[in-house]
Amino acid sequence: MYSPQIILEASLNGLMTGAVYALIALGLTLIYGVLHIINFAHGALLTCAMFAVWIAWAVLGMDPYLAILPLVPLMFALGYGLQRFVIGPASHGDDGNILLVTLGLSIVLENVLLALFQSDTRTLDTDYSFQVVALGPLLLSYPRLIGLGVAVVVTGLLWLLLNRTDTGKAIRAVAKEKLGANLVGIDVPHVYAVTFGLGCACLAVAAGLLMPTFYVNPRIGGAFVLVAFTVVVLGGMGSIPGALLGGLFIGVVESLCGLFLGDSLGQIGIFLIFIAVLLVRPTGLFGAKA
Amino acid sequence: MTARDLIPIAVLTILAALLPLVVTSSPVLNFLVFMLIVALGAQGWNILGGFGGQFSFGHAAFFGTGAYATAILQLHYGVNAWAGLVLATVAGGVVGWVIGFLSFRSGLRGSYFALVTLAFAEVFRILANAASFTGGAAGLLIKLDVRAANLQFDDRAVFYWLVLAFVAAVLLLTRWIQRSRFGAQLVAVRENEDAAKALGVDSLKVKLRAIALSGAVTALSGCLYAQYFLYIDANIAYGSWISVELLLAPIIGGVGTVFGPVVGALTLHGLGEIAKQFAGRIPGIDLIVFGGVLVLAVAFARGGILGLLERLRDRGRGMVTRGPKEVSHAGR
Repeated sequence: MYSPQIILEASLNGLMTGAVYALIALGLTLIYGVLHIINFAHGALLTCAMFAVWIAWAVLGMDPYLAILPLVPLMFALGYGLQRFVIGPASHGDDGNILLVTLGLSIVLENVLLALFQSDTRTLDTDYSFQVVALGPLLLSYPRLIGLGVAVVVTGLLWLLLNRTDTGKAIRAVAKEKLGANLVGIDVPHVYAVTFGLGCACLAVAAGLLMPTFYVNPRIGGAFVLVAFTVVVLGGMGSIPGALLGGLFIGVVESLCGLFLGDSLGQIGIFLIFIAVLLVRPTGLFGAKA
Repeated sequence: MTARDLIPIAVLTILAALLPLVVTSSPVLNFLVFMLIVALGAQGWNILGGFGGQFSFGHAAFFGTGAYATAILQLHYGVNAWAGLVLATVAGGVVGWVIGFLSFRSGLRGSYFALVTLAFAEVFRILANAASFTGGAAGLLIKLDVRAANLQFDDRAVFYWLVLAFVAAVLLLTRWIQRSRFGAQLVAVRENEDAAKALGVDSLKVKLRAIALSGAVTALSGCLYAQYFLYIDANIAYGSWISVELLLAPIIGGVGTVFGPVVGALTLHGLGEIAKQFAGRIPGIDLIVFGGVLVLAVAFARGGILGLLERLRDRGRGMVTRGPKEVSHAGR
């Protein structure tokens, strides 16, 4: 009943959705890896970025892919400011508090968006939203293919940034040993804020890639953030290649579960994997031993 | 427990019980009943999260189980509503124990425990939304048949007293936990699990007992919710919002204290109502207030409102200021 072609097509589609999951998870895992916190505001920040892309299109007539360019520094600044002036000072350096502060932030952001935009679902259309690319017998969605390519490039850039620049070196130093980094003269609160900003900048890219084929409403971030948590845990908290591979894998799992179990149960595969990984190997597939 | 432990609980309960004699408007009573149901569920969260330091982000798993258990038992098996209430509470305890067994056995703590509870609640939500015996996406309606035997009353005040009685009972339970050996062991596990183990505390057993109790109390609140509104669906019962709400109340009121969850629920919903009065047409305004209060509470009032009051009292007496006694530094 399921021909190999359908299964292959579903897998490839999943791979391409997974690329966007990977981008969202990339920001989350970076923040976790350095600050050792789970950023519950990640979903709400993604929603903000998606609304920004939508506004750029609706008001300024800007192409969603082009909107990524100004949005990346904007989201970086937003993330930097949030960590530097809200999350950092409010949480007094306690992990449990950071969890709660980011949760509070996500509630505020989500409902401010709700107050501004109501709960309507918004879409934008471009010439290429439904364009397909023929690859042999397979038809692949053009915007999703772009998404896959960009996700891989961004992962590579982030890896280069962390491993080949001084900023990256400082970030890795703080992630390894906060006190030691402080002693050699690294401004730890600044590095924290830069990391948070980078995590948010990843969301700007993800939002630009999502909008041509997806929709936005004030609650949409929640759906992505749970998936992103799964990706992060699966890939190993803090691992960048883990986030990319985990994201792609989860995309395929979701797509295949949707194919075999139907849409309403499609996501359950993700959460079962999530629970199983947490219970059996909480350090993930690529994570260092805790 | 001594008389000093019991008197504040008794006095507050009696005062609260007199309220419906003064206030008869049904919107106000509705508000009070809903607030007490949230307070009850939050008391459940507080047993595990406050005293045990295990922050759950998925208490909807228990709330929803209580709500669905009573609805399904009544609708599909013709079980009496009161028996349904007892069975729903037990079901919550069992689900709590199972989730606890799976996650604590694997040594999940802090953020990892928060995430796994979130995932369990989400799995339950998707299943309840898809399965036919839970009514799928349409949800379940409990048949309207107003009789005391059915746990349905034509006077809202009676339901208010019923929920209040449960809240008071859990206040007593919480006070007992605080004074008991079990409570001391639970707090020891919260403060430093390895040290507690070294002193011979069976931390797995203590945590399992806490999560089972916690799940049972929260399931009871879910059951009362279903019984009051006579309707539930997957997004109400297992939605992430209820998980957040049950955690907000104790954090705002005073985590790991006896009265914290009730104070927090009253404060949050009171502020939410006030915000709605001022800006009623802006959707989500009450939730903006919730989130803002949470950030402010963490930033400026460690130990919540009760912790803040305690510090003010100490300062008033001219004592050296110190941190609140019962603050939890959970999440690790």
